[in-house]
Amino acid sequence: MATTTAASPETPIGYGRMKRKEDARFIRGQGKYLDDIVLPGMLHGAVLRSPYAHAKIVSIETSAALAHPKVLRVITAKDLETLGLAWMPTISYDSQAVLAGDKVRFQGQEVAFVIAEDRYSARDALELIEVEYEPLPAVVNARKALEADAPLIRDDKDGQTDNLASPLWEAGDAEEADQVFAEADIVVEREMIYPRCHPAPLETCGMIADMNPETGQLDLYNGNQAPNAHRTVYAQVAGLPEHMIRIMTNDIGGGFGNKVPVYPGYVCAIVGSIVTGKPVKWVEDRSENLMSTGFARDYVMHGRICAKHGRITGVRVDVIADHGAFDSTAQPSKFPAGFFHIFTGSYDLEAAHCSVKAVYTNKAPGGVAYRCSFRVTEAIYLVERLVGELALKMEVDGAELRMNSFIRPEQFPYENKTGWTYDSGDYEKTMREAMRIAGYDELRREQAEKRERGELMGIGVAFFTEVVGAGPRRHMDILGLGMADGADLRVHDDGRAVLSISAQTQGQAHETTFAQIVAEELGISPDKIEVRHGDTDRTPFGLGTYGSRSTPVSGASAAVAARRARDKARLIAAGMLETSPEDLAWEKGRWYVKGDPEKAATIDEIAAAAYGEAPLPEGLEGGLEGQSVYDPPNLTYPCGAYICVVDVDPGTAEVEVRRFIAVDDCGVRINPMIVDGQIMGGLAEGVGIALMEVITFDEQGNCLNGSMMDYLIPTALECPDWELGATVTPCPHHPIGAKGVGESATNGSPPAIVNAVCDALYRSHGVAHIDMPLNPARVWAAMQGRAEPPQ
Amino acid sequence: MEVTININGEPVTREIEPALLLVHFIRDTPGLTGTHWGCDTSNCGACVVQMDGLPVKSCTVLAAMAEGHEIRTIEALSIDGVLDPVQQGFHEEHGLQCGFCTPGMIMTARALLDANPDPTEDEIRTAISGAICRCTGYSNIVRAVRWAAEHEAAQPRRS
Amino acid sequence: MIAGGHSLLPMMKLRLANPELVVDINDLEHLAYIREQDSEIRIGALTRHYQLLESEPLARHFPIFADAERVIADPVVRNRGTIGGSLAQADAAEDLSAVCSALKASVVIAGGGGERVVSMEDFHVGPYTTAIDDAELLVEIRIPVRPGAGSAHAKVERRAGDWAIVAVAGGLWLDGETIADAGLALSAVGLTTVHATRAEELLRGKRPSEELFAEAGAIASEDCSPSPDGRGPVDYKRHLAGELTKRALRRAAERARAGTTPGGHTWR
Repeated sequence: MATTTAASPETPIGYGRMKRKEDARFIRGQGKYLDDIVLPGMLHGAVLRSPYAHAKIVSIETSAALAHPKVLRVITAKDLETLGLAWMPTISYDSQAVLAGDKVRFQGQEVAFVIAEDRYSARDALELIEVEYEPLPAVVNARKALEADAPLIRDDKDGQTDNLASPLWEAGDAEEADQVFAEADIVVEREMIYPRCHPAPLETCGMIADMNPETGQLDLYNGNQAPNAHRTVYAQVAGLPEHMIRIMTNDIGGGFGNKVPVYPGYVCAIVGSIVTGKPVKWVEDRSENLMSTGFARDYVMHGRICAKHGRITGVRVDVIADHGAFDSTAQPSKFPAGFFHIFTGSYDLEAAHCSVKAVYTNKAPGGVAYRCSFRVTEAIYLVERLVGELALKMEVDGAELRMNSFIRPEQFPYENKTGWTYDSGDYEKTMREAMRIAGYDELRREQAEKRERGELMGIGVAFFTEVVGAGPRRHMDILGLGMADGADLRVHDDGRAVLSISAQTQGQAHETTFAQIVAEELGISPDKIEVRHGDTDRTPFGLGTYGSRSTPVSGASAAVAARRARDKARLIAAGMLETSPEDLAWEKGRWYVKGDPEKAATIDEIAAAAYGEAPLPEGLEGGLEGQSVYDPPNLTYPCGAYICVVDVDPGTAEVEVRRFIAVDDCGVRINPMIVDGQIMGGLAEGVGIALMEVITFDEQGNCLNGSMMDYLIPTALECPDWELGATVTPCPHHPIGAKGVGESATNGSPPAIVNAVCDALYRSHGVAHIDMPLNPARVWAAMQGRAEPPQ
Repeated sequence: MEVTININGEPVTREIEPALLLVHFIRDTPGLTGTHWGCDTSNCGACVVQMDGLPVKSCTVLAAMAEGHEIRTIEALSIDGVLDPVQQGFHEEHGLQCGFCTPGMIMTARALLDANPDPTEDEIRTAISGAICRCTGYSNIVRAVRWAAEHEAAQPRRS
Repeated sequence: MIAGGHSLLPMMKLRLANPELVVDINDLEHLAYIREQDSEIRIGALTRHYQLLESEPLARHFPIFADAERVIADPVVRNRGTIGGSLAQADAAEDLSAVCSALKASVVIAGGGGERVVSMEDFHVGPYTTAIDDAELLVEIRIPVRPGAGSAHAKVERRAGDWAIVAVAGGLWLDGETIADAGLALSAVGLTTVHATRAEELLRGKRPSEELFAEAGAIASEDCSPSPDGRGPVDYKRHLAGELTKRALRRAAERARAGTTPGGHTWR
């Protein structure tokens, strides 16, 4: 199988659109995912979960389960208390019960852990555990959680007398915003919710823990997105020496942020291995995944936008963030709302202000997962939905209003009103490219004709600017760990290279793209570069893959490491060519003598010399390696223009996404095929979020979307054939000019789709906003003038 | 109870609990872990194998029900190390990312092409509509199946 | 009793069902057939969805089957699921029960004492409950073939493969430009399949028209009893009952006028 193609002009980085190196195993069914691993003597764990959203635990009776012939242990909170592991810290400096002791705080919360000889027996035994609950009133609505008579959820926390999870936090300038809004020609105000949804990777979460009682070595097999960070957390929680813990991720069946947090089931598997002395495997089922692991969004937003002289001048928003029962929001910034204050979008505003408060509710904990750089998704949805409604009410074209209001290319680096420094962009160029691909004017003509006939066609525009690649130490950390990423590169004497990285692919193809980065920097064919990841014993420290940070941080680290190897190669080449390093010039794959390009040493020859017997220049040690720990000087700010065309069935209110045009500018593209793949996947997830994916609860706190029968994910039939385009505005501070891209499409697509549906329905039905998901029933209700937020 | 199932041409006999699902039989006994499990409710398609030539969801078939039937999994698709055109198409057209849905998608697509060697885009989308991919957004999967169809047409498929 | 298993096994996995004994009837291969006999289409209970979708005689006489089958679950599930299992499950949201009701089908139930024929009307006793006794098996579905037939199925779902929000099965038998007989049944708008008899009465003896179908829709909408759930509120479901009745009847009339439809739907 050919694995490389020649570099094409469109792609400057290491062989461009080369096919993926990792495909070979996956297309043969030879991927190695967590549940594929079987260790000798391995036991199986299962978690008993609460049927109630809020209840006191009166008693737990485990004797019948223990009497099951294949059950070895049943672990409850009491057992964990003796080990000091009943509670664990969350990434957001809150605490979370590993197993509930005093009471349960959401439906699906972990109550007991059964260890048995096989998977079926462990699950059978769950039904033999008797738990007596005393149900308490539950609260699942963020606003109601703030009312004075709301039940107190976190009575475990000293001094906690209400359901506020964090105090009011503000960004921007409220007084300035007051003034700009007062002077505006038009103000649009909109209450909107970004409902709770779920990343639902196709592979659920799980772990195999293998504690060696003799040596104290703890081996963990666990598909997570940040193995090094997880190892540090386990060391801190369990009081084990970090170097005695090894985490091996192997292949991961999708993550999308769902595999960032540390879950109680993981801790239970570790405890299970410690108490049994055998490996313990725990793999959750689909309902457990949907009902208990890291959800996304759940932001209640009250937004306002204003314009003057046809330009957007101000945006402000008040947010209630629903964190569920524990604040385990997986976000690293020092800001309580993550990166939400990028809600200023792509516009050169005169004022902006936000306030955010967070609440506890009787719902599963989590937040920010699902292809989202720490609340950027909510921010972009807010501003693009506000701009969409503003355009409808101003009766101007949404694309024109945006272009009138954009930050202009010459304004970069651009300091926005909430303290971010946007790196680069040419927004109008990107917007116009999307309009060109869409045939925008023709679409508007078609829409006008259809309106005449009573047909409901909508054209939705969204333009986003993301902030990704967390992040500079001064602003962010995870439990005190700085967000740098390491890269170790060794060029062997045969000219092959091994790059070890701390980023963790879940399908992003790091084995291919990172090889391409090194190939670009050293001129070694990517076929000859092996990329190692997913094993804490074989990779450098770093914080992993989420928030579109692999390329911005780890990719930069790889490039810097390769450049360091190249610098050393220059010194060795100078010795080989009997000249001084200053007299050498580089072209891909070789150092040559300036003015005499025939006289050169190739990277292969230099690598051989680095380990060879001939003397090296004085003071130079052998070997050809490069190392880097990259602390990014700034985040990267990819942008994109999305145009969505929908048809709404006037009789049934069904929405069909007929066309979707996505033009992304993520700076320099290493492998455009893989970049496009990331975008298309995100667009499908955006269609899901906009039209069908939602996690809802009834008044008692029962989760109503706990299986794939009710948590609907788009199939091939709901997705159009995506129409992609690109503009390239390099990132000025990234070594190869790249920005992150993995999450752009889930950011830009939901507002584009909602804008399109509102565009279809505003003139005929007066619909200016519908909260997602835009399923037929909700769209129909809006057409009757009865749009309601999802519950 | 004891069951014998022909998997990829080999009879596999095992003493099982009656409730054992075919997906677990395939994964546990011969250790063919290319067939995945993803949802419990026959919505996701990660577990699709061919049973007597038809794609079925092996999480919704009891192992006991497969007694005496012929099961074909992803592991049997390439012959003597030569990839099936569908496998090759997924590589050529970037039809996979995390790879978890890939075996089910490929087995479904293989059955489609066996029945309909020249499917339209709509027919491909319909055929794979019982399988969820979270990574690719489906377009490249459709292209991968078309790639296979075109290359099979150019080079008749070996039996 | 397990055939396709796509209702029972998920319920067992979610631990909503815990049978002590499961009888696999998949080896009763003689129960998988579609044939024309005695002015009837006879369908064996073990006939799989994909076979219904691909059947030439069904496409010719009752294109409503292909309409419905295209939107029942997904093609891979349709390779296993059977018509007998669909009807015997007696789920109000299931599509084939409404199709069979609209076509005035009857079912054959076999037991130790021989066979009996039961009309669709009497077959569904209540939610998830049928006229099949403990020692009996549903073996065949019989649909009378009558002249001037046209049939269609219309469904709104949240996503491909989902259960219906509402679905409507309509059959018309035209005698020239007069509706000689009509069949109308709705899925997911009651505790069982809703047989819209009042609307059928309205249609009989009249000339097909948009106004008539709208009126039939309004009656069907009144006569059903949907419950609110994750698929939608009651008023939306009633609205769909009316709208889809109109669409199904419109299509059925077109087909009746056009005569038989050639060919089956080839790829599932």
